Amino acid sequence: MAGDEPLTAAVQPPTTELDEDLVEILEEGSGRLDITRYVDHVRDLAAGAIATFEGTTRDHFDGRRVVELRYEAYSAMARRRLEAILREARAAHALRRLAVAHKLGPVPAGEASVFVAASAVHRADAMEACRYVIDEIKASVPIWKKEVYDDGEVWKENREFFDRADAVTDTGRKKGHNKASGGGCCGSKVRVMEES
Amino acid sequence: MPADAAPAEAENPAADPAAAAAETTVKVKVLFFARARDLTGVAESSVELPSGSTAGECLGRVLASFPKLEEIRHSMVLALNEEYTPESAAVADGDELAIIPPISGG
Repeated sequence: MAGDEPLTAAVQPPTTELDEDLVEILEEGSGRLDITRYVDHVRDLAAGAIATFEGTTRDHFDGRRVVELRYEAYSAMARRRLEAILREARAAHALRRLAVAHKLGPVPAGEASVFVAASAVHRADAMEACRYVIDEIKASVPIWKKEVYDDGEVWKENREFFDRADAVTDTGRKKGHNKASGGGCCGSKVRVMEES
Repeated sequence: MPADAAPAEAENPAADPAAAAAETTVKVKVLFFARARDLTGVAESSVELPSGSTAGECLGRVLASFPKLEEIRHSMVLALNEEYTPESAAVADGDELAIIPPISGG
């Protein structure tokens, strides 16, 4: 019966769905991340807040000058992981819209390699979702960064990956650390690959 | 159905899944990324295994073909058909197994 409709139903904003979210993995040569476009994508009349994160490339690491950064990805799986992460963010927070973009190929120092934007009615949801998305990208999205120095180059390794790896698979490793291989380092430590 | 009640082969192929499966081997495409690709020198390879093999057994074959991968054996994870997978997962014909060294996106 029409009289059973709660009066508040008419003032709820229409819900937004995952398929309205933006996920971009820009292949090499695509130019800079268009941050304005991502922010505008999440802009929403029902949202009181937009929270964003921009990951920028550093020109020094451990006192060494970084000549170039190059990103590569297992693109099909990276896209799946990003979509899953956005679903998880939506399940945990009341959100309006989301956008996430990652650049591949060379990224000059100071420029954005990754961008996350989240809009929500309330700022806590927007900020926490934004944080969640970037933390999850660092832990689980198959994208790799190579830092090139004057005197060598190295594939970086996110500490978050090691923290998470045991939970993701049961490869039989007890603690997810590089015990047996003799490498001895993991997480954020940098290895110089002399032979590269 | 008692295991030793009657000869299994040829008598009743419809009830015997092993007879129904024509393939005795499966072919898996293996992808190498980042440091893994540096170590193997190739972006992809192919492995043929007995039907019913696991991702871990596939990895074993890959390590035998590309011994330099031992360097990252204990820091890599595997993905099967674009999803992270335990080594115990079964691989099927046409599957795609990726060698995922420690990631550094974001």
